[in-house]
Amino acid sequence: MNSVAELNALREKYKGSLSLRPISKGGTRDDNIKREILICGGTGCTSSHSTDIIDAFNEEIKKAGVTDTKVVRTGCFGLCELGPIVIVYPEGAFYSKVKVEHVKRIVDEHIVGGNVVKELLYPETIQDDGSIIGIFDTHFYENQCRIALKNCGNIDPENINEYIANDGYAALAKVLTEMTPDEVIEEVKASGLRGRGGAGFPTGVKWGSIKRDDQEKFILCNADEGDPGAFMDCSVLEGDPHVILEAMAIGGYAIGAHQGYIYVRAEYPIAVHRLTIAINQAREYGLLGKNILGTGFDFDIGLRLGAGAFVCGEGTALEASIEGKRGEPRPKPPRMTEKGLFGKPSVLNNVETYANIPQIIMKGAKWFTSIGTEKSPGTKVFCLVGNIKHTGLVEIPMGTTLREIVEDIGGGIPNGKKFKAAQTGGPSGGCIPESLIDTPMDFDNLSKIGTMMGSGGLIVMDEDTCMVDIAKFYLGFTVDESCGKCTPCRIGTKRLLEMLTKVTRGEGTLEMLDEITELCHFIKDNSLCGLGQAAPNPVLSTITHFRDEYVSHVVDKKCPAGVCKALMSYNIDPTKCRGCTLCARNCPAGAVTGKIKEPHVIDPNKCIKCGVCYDNCRFGAIYKA
Amino acid sequence: MAKRKTAVPFQGTAEQEKKLREIIEKYKSVPGAVMPVLQQAQEVYGYLPIEVQKIIAEGLDVPLSEIYGVTTFYSQFSLNPKGKYEIRICLGTACYVKGSGNIMQKMEEELGIQDGGITADGKFSLDSVRCIGACGLAPAMVVNGEVYGRMTTDKIRDIIASCE
Ligand SMILES: Cc1cc2nc3c(=O)[nH]c(=O)nc-3n(C[C@H](O)[C@H](O)[C@H](O)COP(=O)(O)O)c2cc1C
Ligand code: SF4
Ligand code: SF4
Ligand code: FES
Repeated sequence: MNSVAELNALREKYKGSLSLRPISKGGTRDDNIKREILICGGTGCTSSHSTDIIDAFNEEIKKAGVTDTKVVRTGCFGLCELGPIVIVYPEGAFYSKVKVEHVKRIVDEHIVGGNVVKELLYPETIQDDGSIIGIFDTHFYENQCRIALKNCGNIDPENINEYIANDGYAALAKVLTEMTPDEVIEEVKASGLRGRGGAGFPTGVKWGSIKRDDQEKFILCNADEGDPGAFMDCSVLEGDPHVILEAMAIGGYAIGAHQGYIYVRAEYPIAVHRLTIAINQAREYGLLGKNILGTGFDFDIGLRLGAGAFVCGEGTALEASIEGKRGEPRPKPPRMTEKGLFGKPSVLNNVETYANIPQIIMKGAKWFTSIGTEKSPGTKVFCLVGNIKHTGLVEIPMGTTLREIVEDIGGGIPNGKKFKAAQTGGPSGGCIPESLIDTPMDFDNLSKIGTMMGSGGLIVMDEDTCMVDIAKFYLGFTVDESCGKCTPCRIGTKRLLEMLTKVTRGEGTLEMLDEITELCHFIKDNSLCGLGQAAPNPVLSTITHFRDEYVSHVVDKKCPAGVCKALMSYNIDPTKCRGCTLCARNCPAGAVTGKIKEPHVIDPNKCIKCGVCYDNCRFGAIYKA
Repeated sequence: MAKRKTAVPFQGTAEQEKKLREIIEKYKSVPGAVMPVLQQAQEVYGYLPIEVQKIIAEGLDVPLSEIYGVTTFYSQFSLNPKGKYEIRICLGTACYVKGSGNIMQKMEEELGIQDGGITADGKFSLDSVRCIGACGLAPAMVVNGEVYGRMTTDKIRDIIASCE
């Protein structure tokens, strides 16, 4: 393609291809397709075998001689818990937890027969009057606002035409033909967009700090997503890879870079695969490469794979890694915007940050600031996991309270358990206790209460979670991931982990809690990079909000949640035990004794606390103490 | 990021070495070649024994100490061969709060090896990973690329038994 006119013509041509879906731009399909089956091909649903389901649909459709139905593999819908997800348009019928065995029936009854198979629908989508609603009309999406996830679950990420049909590359065309680089930067500044990688630095300000000179420059995308237990960026890359390419090209134009790099985790093979396809398609269409759309702007993007090191999410370490070195951070200044990749000025932004850019360009800064809060405009994607009914991906306006996310969108805590805390910011963040559940979530409020926005991991914990154990878990992670360059982090976190381990074993003292706090502050103040500086946060925040629990461990030598093995025992309640002998038969240590139909007992000296008896007792007779 | 090393003799084939040399040739002039070359070399050999690192060091004209430094820095690079069945258990946060610690413990017991180890017959290797992006199905584990979601300890024996 050599001009914007050609791009627009292409958009016109393909817009009908979306006409059956909720994102329809009008028009009609010209290929006689009357029905589309959209199937999630994100990591979550692929793990639950959605690829087999796609194959099965294609096969059954062929067998049935149907020619007016097309199967489309999309990115993540967000409701991973209900996967694999299959949506049939135009009805919008939402089939959840689909199995290969269900496919024939859906094809026979729905695709051929024209009758939705209500039995296999997600029950919430069936109304009282028997009519059905679409997936995006369910309660889960009611308070969501999908900007960064606009295309996820709506288009085929491996088909650039569908991206273009849904306004794709229009923002790039607009900046290249109608805006100067400075105007682009001003628009992004005015939108108030803050970095979604964790720290919340204003993106426009970062772009504006690049000096205008003829030095070579780079624009980089941080797709390392190191926070374990979070897959927001992964879902954007899998569901809408072109938006990242488009936004990086816009950023490149704004700062004067002609080469971009995406640094993506090797643990995300599907994302890598789709990015590779997207880059090739964009090059083929002339949307990357020389003289883009005939405007004279040259820009290309390379892919670099991370190799499993959390610290490589830190900007200077990421650069070292792209350069092929050990991913060790370096002291700043100089800032990356002065001396970055290969010693050249570089801008690094997060995946989700980029995913907002094209719409800010198209709809304007005013539109963006009308969403969210004054200091944190826009939305945030959270990865809602842990002890929550609907695990998955949610995008909410900034300022939504944790309560709304957990209780309304997430459907609350399963198994009748109570909410205890939620962790944000991963290993660099902290926890939010129940007393603060009504805090509106934005950058500033979260740091005020001792945690941080982070990249969007939101882990919900119920009453069975031990907060000391969680702090220890995160610290174990940092100890593993510390690059070892500076002593406070390398040795300090290790010492901290040793002390926490003692606490969980009942070998701690009250004085030790003070020592822990003191060491935390020392590590925070003296580490070189963000990893070390933030490593003590999970400890500090749990020790602040759940001090009682720490005290129980060191004074009463008890773990109130019954998690720390050294501080708990399994016991059998004789009034509930029916003497079914199941536990005695399953116990690997031979610790359970008792006659059939008589209450059993556990010998605490033999018990290895494996929990098998607790998990398997059908009468709830076994309890932790 | 401590890495355990085992003394398994190196058994590279001439064919593998040919592939490796092709990879090196392809990347020789690319800035930052070390990472992609190591990644692709690991695909060829399954791991990165010192013999392979030496060939890469010579080929790219980078000191071996630097190659070794990079190999040991990143958790994705393995100095040890992997088992015929590569078991990876997710110990990311989402999986951990849903009990993946117990899954790991049970798996270690069943296989008689520790996280990072390989069984004597080379059939199974066991590693922990930090999030594979399937948090919605936590706790998750992977056997040779096949993801098992919503894991429970009682499924472990069946999964091991299904590995021929
Ligand atoms: C230890 C450490 C790990 C980080 N990991 C990530 C990450 O996985 N993804 C990310 O986007 N930013 C990560 N960051 C933040 C980046 O350094 C950087 O601030 C960010 O990518 C900038 O993009 P943004 O302004 O768009 O947020 C990490 C920072 C530190 C200190
Ligand atoms: S704080 Fe930790 S991760 Fe960061 S440079 Fe120091 S040792 Fe490395
Ligand atoms: S916890 Fe395990 S070892 Fe202890 S009694 Fe129960 S089954 Fe036996
Ligand atoms: S934490 Fe296990 S898959 Fe994400």
